[in-house]
Parts: sequence; structure tokens; C-alpha cells
Amino acid sequence: MSNMTYPAKPQPTDPGVDTATTPAETRLVSRRWMLFKAGIALNGFVGLVLAVPVLRYLLAPWRKDTSFNSWVSLGPLDMFPTGETRLAYYKNPSHNSWDGETDNVACYVRREGTNQFKVFAINCAHLGCPVRWFPQSQLFMCPCHGGVYYADGSRASGPPERGLFTYSWQIISGELQVDAGQMPTLSNTAKLVTISTRSGDSKCSG
Amino acid sequence: MQRMKQNALAVYAWFERRLQLEGPVKDAVLHQVPRQTASWWYVFGSAAFTLLFLQIFTGVLLALVYVPAAGEAWTSLNVLNHQIPLGWFLRAMHGWGSNFMVAIVLIHMAQVFLFGAYKFPRELTWILGVFLLLMTLGMAFTGQVLRFDQDAYWGLGIGASIMSRVPFIGGGLVHLLLGGPIIAGSTLSRFFALHVFVIPGALLLFVFLHVWMVLKLGVNDWPMPGRVVRRTTYMEEYHHLSHTDGIPFVPGAFWKDLIFSGAILAAVAVCAVVFGPFGPGGRPDPSIIQTVPKPDFFFLWIYTILSYLPPQMETPFLLIVPLLAIAILLALPLIAAEGEKSWHRRPVAVLVVSTVAVCWGVLTQLGTSTPWSPHMSAWSGDPLPVNYIHKATPLVRQGAVVFQAKQCRNCHSIGGSGGERGPALDMVATRLTIDQMRFKVVTGGGNMPAYGKNLSPPEIEALVSFLETLHPANEPPAYDASKRTVEALMPANGTGPVNNSRADSGATP
Repeated sequence: MSNMTYPAKPQPTDPGVDTATTPAETRLVSRRWMLFKAGIALNGFVGLVLAVPVLRYLLAPWRKDTSFNSWVSLGPLDMFPTGETRLAYYKNPSHNSWDGETDNVACYVRREGTNQFKVFAINCAHLGCPVRWFPQSQLFMCPCHGGVYYADGSRASGPPERGLFTYSWQIISGELQVDAGQMPTLSNTAKLVTISTRSGDSKCSG
Repeated sequence: MQRMKQNALAVYAWFERRLQLEGPVKDAVLHQVPRQTASWWYVFGSAAFTLLFLQIFTGVLLALVYVPAAGEAWTSLNVLNHQIPLGWFLRAMHGWGSNFMVAIVLIHMAQVFLFGAYKFPRELTWILGVFLLLMTLGMAFTGQVLRFDQDAYWGLGIGASIMSRVPFIGGGLVHLLLGGPIIAGSTLSRFFALHVFVIPGALLLFVFLHVWMVLKLGVNDWPMPGRVVRRTTYMEEYHHLSHTDGIPFVPGAFWKDLIFSGAILAAVAVCAVVFGPFGPGGRPDPSIIQTVPKPDFFFLWIYTILSYLPPQMETPFLLIVPLLAIAILLALPLIAAEGEKSWHRRPVAVLVVSTVAVCWGVLTQLGTSTPWSPHMSAWSGDPLPVNYIHKATPLVRQGAVVFQAKQCRNCHSIGGSGGERGPALDMVATRLTIDQMRFKVVTGGGNMPAYGKNLSPPEIEALVSFLETLHPANEPPAYDASKRTVEALMPANGTGPVNNSRADSGATP
């Protein structure tokens, strides 16, 4: 590297011993350099202090999973006939007026008995595409990469590693409520679920 | 006339005295470059530069109308398309400009790689170029999000799902990406900020440094076999080459850049007029689930990879391979800073580029046809060809009904229509015996769900009876050889083992 014919780079001069200045000026120059360094230090310090609120602001969405969730109603129980799987909708509990239609969330409700339900997220456990229910073959199929799930939400075939994501549900004064609030992904729901590939269903272990 | 010219010169001098740009501009314009670099192969960088400014220009014009709010964006895009005079044309220019820019940047990169232009002393130019490529792709993705339609919405969902696979901090990263717990207003706002302020700002800074280095270090000399790059001698050799067999950059090499850039702009405009703007597609309403989301052209290859990776390999692949690829690209000029530049002496480089190009082409082609996706409406939309059930028994016809009604058709094609997820079933009876088909239907396997719980025994019988008829007239259905042997050993009056298979009956002599 030393033999490069780059234009000769001026050697950095030691600020304390500026050769161009007479010995009498040395003290003055060194004072200037000290003030210059103090200026940099001051700006560095202020920058660091300012970085704290900026970071806090930027990380605002980084919250605990539970802080987004609350119970929302999917409608009266008689909307969901026993033994059938129906599409249901709710408005996401945390929303802004400028969200437009994006806070309309769909989910599948399967009524297994009088007071027995399973509520599945619409999002494929593979990459989040909306799965579609086919009552004739009792299968959920994903249009993106061909993930298929059985009626109980367990994985049937394709790239998903697990069954459909499920919501916790409860019945309050004749209405079915789900604990909802965030897009289900592997990071917020997977840890609760025992992954099973073929026949097993995705039961919450927590 | 003379007086006007003098006045003009005086005005020029007034500005020049204050701006003092003449010197640096002359230096940049007239610096000597090796004669052979005035080549049509060297025009892609300047074309990418031109396209960047086209994108900035059309982007600013679109921003005059576009509303970056989740509730209004889709409507404002339709206003641009249908109500503002020539709004559709500017959207089309911006969309096609984006496609051309990604394409030209990739071609530029391949050319620089094959010509060894990343070697000493242009390592940093390449490294900045890698970041420029990433930012160009980032602009393409964020731009796709701003076209806030169904594809954008579910594309964000795919992005969030990939992000969620990061160990430990995946959940937080998803929230950061989306600006909240779901894809909503905050998501579009932050992608707008990324697309309009953050990435373009960084892009402009990096482009400035990239071009600065091209001007300071000179255009890469034409690679000649045997002309080896050495750190100790290269600068001198290049200087010698550009001054003994050199021409001034302008106009010597620059006229080709000018003509190619003009041609590219014209090509973008022609595509914009002929093919029109991209979308917007369906409303970004997640409760409308009748949608088949698909990424834009330059991300189709990722879409394909995500379909073909085995499930257990997906997360490691998604998280490790992109980082590895970027690390390799960044390290390349540091590892191979010296040596041969010519592709005649670098077979591995040629092989790498051609392999990547072929893989990319195949993956993109597959992403266009998506053979792995079930055809969601094939079961109700594609009728069974009449000749398949022309002389069929009632049981076989019942089986054909089961075949359609149970959505088998969504994954299996018959008569050339239907899904391609599973094999075409036109000749399935020649491959599987009736017992094997029954087993497959009931238990599934591979990529097929098990239908045992979803079909009643009579339905299964009818279905396999239908499938058994699916063989050419001159080719008998498959049969179980061992079963035939057993039958041959048994008395002929039917007191042998229970034969619940009719597969053999037609084929037995």
C-alpha cells in the first residue's frame, strides 16, 4: 500500500506543537485546540442526551404482547351454528381514526359444542396470508404457498410448521368474545403452542 | 449581437466569481480515461443514475396528490389514475421507472463484477454499490407498500411473518416494522417516511460518494487477459494508460452514456404508455379474504423460495442466507482486490453470474405461474371434461361428483385444468392400484391432506372408483402383482381370500 501514487497526504500535525507558529503562539493555539475539543465533547454529550428521547420515541411500538390485547365481541352465540366454521369480524381494539379499513380483522369461529369453540386467526402460520375455509372438504387452504389445515386447525400439508393460530375465547352475556389485538405471528403465539405436524391439534400448553 | 454575447459572458463571470465551480467541473469533465472504456458496456451506471432522478422527479409529482394515510391512500391512487389528467401516466412512469432501475442496477452490478472493476483501488466504490443495491430494493419494497392495496397489505403480512422468526426479539421487530400491533395507519405512515425521506436521503448521499470515486479514481480500464492488478503498480499503470491511450471523459466516453440514458427514459415512457400504471388492486381491507396476494416482479423469486424450502429449513434460511449473501458481496473486493480482471481468466466468476442468473430466471418464472398454490376456484369453475364420464357407471359418476365437490381439483388437474400442487390425475390409475389410491385418499401424505375424516366410506369408494377409470384406453390400470399370484393359487370358484379390489378384474387375463 505504501507505494501507491496517491497524492501525498499531509502529515497530521500535532496541534500542541504547531510548527508554523512561533513558540510564543504555541500556548494560544493549544488553548484553541482545547476549546475545539471541548466543543466536540459538548456536542457529543448533548447528542447522547438527545438520543435518549429519540430512541424512546422510535421504540414506542416495542411493547409487551399483552399490552395490545383486550377482549372484543364477535357477536351473539347464535351467529355460530354448532358443528360449523364461520367467518367472523371484529374491529381491532387498538385503532386510530386514520386506519381506514385496515383495522377490520377477520377470524374463523368453529363451534364444536353448545359452549365449546375454537377461534382461528385468518393468517396462515407460514407467512400470514389469508386462509380460506372450504366446508365441503372441511379444509382451510392458503392461496400463497399452498398450506392446508384440517377443520380443527391442525396442519394438514404444505410449508406451515404448525397449525393455525388460535385466539383465547370466552362467553360473556350470550356473546362470544376473543382476546385479540395484534397480528398473530410465530413470535407472539407460537411459544404457547405445542407444534404438531400430522394428526395432533394445536392446543395451548400455557 | 456582439453586445448580447458580452453581456452574457459578464453575467457568467459574475456567477463564476462567486460560485467558483468552473475549475472542479472542468476537472471532472475533461479528465482522461482509457480509450477502451468508451464502451457500450459502461453505460449502465449512468443509466441507473438517470433513473434515480426520474424516480425523484416523478415521486415528487405523485406526492402532490397522494395521501399517505391508510384510510385514504387507495382512494387517492384511484384519483391519480382516473381523475387527474395524466396522473395515470406519472404513476406508470414511476412504477416502470422502478422496475427499470432495479433491472439496470442488477445489470450494472453483474457487469462490474465480470469486468473486475471492484478490484483495487475501487473496492469502496463496490461496497457503496452493494448498499446502493440494497437501498434500491428497499425503495422497490416500500414503494410497493405505498401502493396500498391488497397485495401491499398481505405483502406487509409476509414481511412481518418473516421478521417474527428472529429469535427473542422477533415480536418487538414486528411491532417496529408495523408501527404497532397490526398492519394499519401507523404502518403506512412509517413506510411513507422510509420511502420518501430516509432511504432516498441515504441513497443520494451514497450515490454522490459512488460517483465522486468514479471521477476521482477514473473509469475502470478495459480488462485485458494478462493485465494483472497489483496494489503496488496499478495506479501508475492506469495513469500511464489513460494518458498515453486516453481520451477526455467528455465527450469521448460520455456521449454513449447520454444516448443510452435517453433511450432508457424513452423505454420507460413507452412501457408507461403501453402497459399503464401498476394497480392499485383490491381495497386494503383485511376482511376481504378472497385474494391471492403476490409480490412485485423483483420479489417473485423470494416468493418461490419460500414455497420450496422444507418447513424446518425455512427460518434458518430466511435469517442467515440474506446476511451471508450481503457479507459475501461486501467482502468480495477486500478478498479479491488483486489479480486478473478479464473474464477470460476468471471462469468461476462467469459461472457464478450465469448460475445466479439462471436460478433467478427459473425462480421468477415459477413465481409467475405459482404451481404450488391451490387454484381456489377450480373445484367450482373448471368442469370435468365430458369424455371422462361418458360411459361411466353411476358409482363412477358419483365419484366424479365427489372429486369436484371435495375440492380435489384445487390441487389436481384433470384434462389440463385445475391446480398443479399435486400431480395431474389424467392417468393416475396407471400409477396406483385402487388399494394404493384408497390409502392415499384416506391418510394423505407428502403434500396431500388426509381425507379419512372428511369423506364417508361410500364417498371414498365412489371416488376411487372414478379414479380407477383414469387411464388411457390402451393402457390397463396398475394392479397388485402379489394379489394376482394369490388368486391364481386359489380355486377358481371364488372361495379364495376376500377380494375387495376391482382393480385387477379388468386386467386379469
